[in-house]
Amino acid sequence: MQAALVVAVMSVLVFAGIYMIGDPLAILASPEATELDREQIARALGLDRPVWEQYLRFVGSAFGGDFGKSFVFGQPAMKLVLERMPATLELAITATVMAVLIGVPLGLYAGLRHETTAARTIMAGSVLGFSLPNFWVGLMLIMIFAVQLGWLPASGRGQTVEVLGLHLSIFTANGWKHIILPAITLGLSKCALIIRLARATAREVMLMDFVKFARAKGLNEKRIIGVHILKNIMVPITTVTGLELGALIAFAVITETIFSWPGMGKLLIDSIVQLDRPVVVAYLIIVVLLLVIINLVVDILYSVLDPRVRLGNAK
Amino acid sequence: MSDAALPAAPAKTESPLKRIWQEFAESRLALLGLAMLVIFLIAAVFAPFLVPQNPYDLANLDILDARLPPGEISGTGLTFLLGSDGQGRDMLSAMLYGLRISLFVGVTAVALALAIGALAGLLAAYVGGRVETVIMRIVDIQLSFPAILVALILLAVLGNGVDKVIIALVAVQWAYFARAARGAALVERNKEYVEAARCLGLSRTRLLLRHLLPNCMPPLIVIATVDIARSITLEATLSFLGLGVPVTEPSLGMLIANGFDYLLSGVYWISLFPGVLLTLVIIAINLVGDQLRDVLNPRLKR
Repeated sequence: MQAALVVAVMSVLVFAGIYMIGDPLAILASPEATELDREQIARALGLDRPVWEQYLRFVGSAFGGDFGKSFVFGQPAMKLVLERMPATLELAITATVMAVLIGVPLGLYAGLRHETTAARTIMAGSVLGFSLPNFWVGLMLIMIFAVQLGWLPASGRGQTVEVLGLHLSIFTANGWKHIILPAITLGLSKCALIIRLARATAREVMLMDFVKFARAKGLNEKRIIGVHILKNIMVPITTVTGLELGALIAFAVITETIFSWPGMGKLLIDSIVQLDRPVVVAYLIIVVLLLVIINLVVDILYSVLDPRVRLGNAK
Repeated sequence: MSDAALPAAPAKTESPLKRIWQEFAESRLALLGLAMLVIFLIAAVFAPFLVPQNPYDLANLDILDARLPPGEISGTGLTFLLGSDGQGRDMLSAMLYGLRISLFVGVTAVALALAIGALAGLLAAYVGGRVETVIMRIVDIQLSFPAILVALILLAVLGNGVDKVIIALVAVQWAYFARAARGAALVERNKEYVEAARCLGLSRTRLLLRHLLPNCMPPLIVIATVDIARSITLEATLSFLGLGVPVTEPSLGMLIANGFDYLLSGVYWISLFPGVLLTLVIIAINLVGDQLRDVLNPRLKR
């Protein structure tokens, strides 16, 4: 119910906001177009109607899953955004997986051996990972690996393979070459976050009674760390990673722009620049829905992973 | 009559300040951060007197000097220590002016967000009831959206401009302060000094602003410090996307964006140096903020 209210308020705000952005006619009609041509374009796009009527028509068709046609491409806006979605999700998920696979072991090590030089280096590195501006990291990666060394491509998505009806690039070597730089750019600050989180949790968990008990039981260190400590670390990691996935999808806007990655984030920027209102609206609706779904899934996962939460809810 | 207690207040606040400074100075890393920050601030404020060339004065620029590598000498005999950009601008000069804009935007936005957020948070905690529900619900909803996205859409609507970037940054950041201020005020509200002030018959405004607010400040100051770094990054990112400051007033982010066009042809310095400066600023702020958090956190009191 509340979610519905949020979406309704959002739709008014977004529509009102988008309506105020410039004059799409000025961009769409060629400079030589006569007044009559311009009127025809306005009528074809429904731009000659009063604001409230445009809004009502928008809401009416939105319920039918129709968000209007893109002014620029002439195709349904929703279709355009959905077409680009797999590329963005692929990038965001690859970045997340990389951040977890690198961040958890490093954070775990820094937490368990927190007095060593290696641990301090890891932590200093994580501060750097936090502080480096995301988009600049992308540029520097391009400069080093694409321009100076020439090892990896600087833009595009490379070869894609159709898997389950989706075009994905992580299944081809060429696709991997293309995704690795954007994924590092996107995942770097998340990796730093996970390192810090894993380290803090590891230090907390290490002092708990069940770890002492496991040790007293004579379990070897490998099993204590690999099973008992890791299991407890994964609870906050999963929650935070899940919640951050939404932010990651939003941040992909920048990464996609830098690497010309054909995802929906790049589409958003292009559409803002070209005043393609329906596409901007469709993108926002999709992202809001994604955020709601992600939050829901994380909530469920959380109670599956941590039985204490379920008990807490039953009070 | 109630003013009688006030003259003693400045004398009292001096010793905690001293203690804070002493504890702050315990970390050499934090001192380094602070020193860097002071240097950056001085460089930004006095940029017009420090730079070898006024980067905004088109009469100074010569297109023949464009994209010269670091150390090269221009047609007029000026040495480009950090190279020149696509319009023949001295990078060092452009960067100092950019730093000025970046810092101005970051600090102003956070100051405004702090003022609005703290007021909203205090009001929510102190008045309670429906006011609290409405304010906190707005905060919750806003924080569930990624800041970058909200700022992006706001700027798409508002258009370019330094003032508009500040509006967008305030709009996405006041909620952090509101939440923190409410949390702090809920704790402070029940303390004896508030009750005493209330018994003295002080007005609600006075109680909120003179008594409750100062005691809620420490956590807010910590958030504000780190938030300046976040604001500067966000502004740089938005400017990089072409949705931030106008081309006529390039911030550090804008300079990096300008360099992007030349990056693929091996002209690295236009993007590299502003980015290094930006990173150093952010690291310096984070170092200071980290230490402030430890010093001002009552739970870590030794």
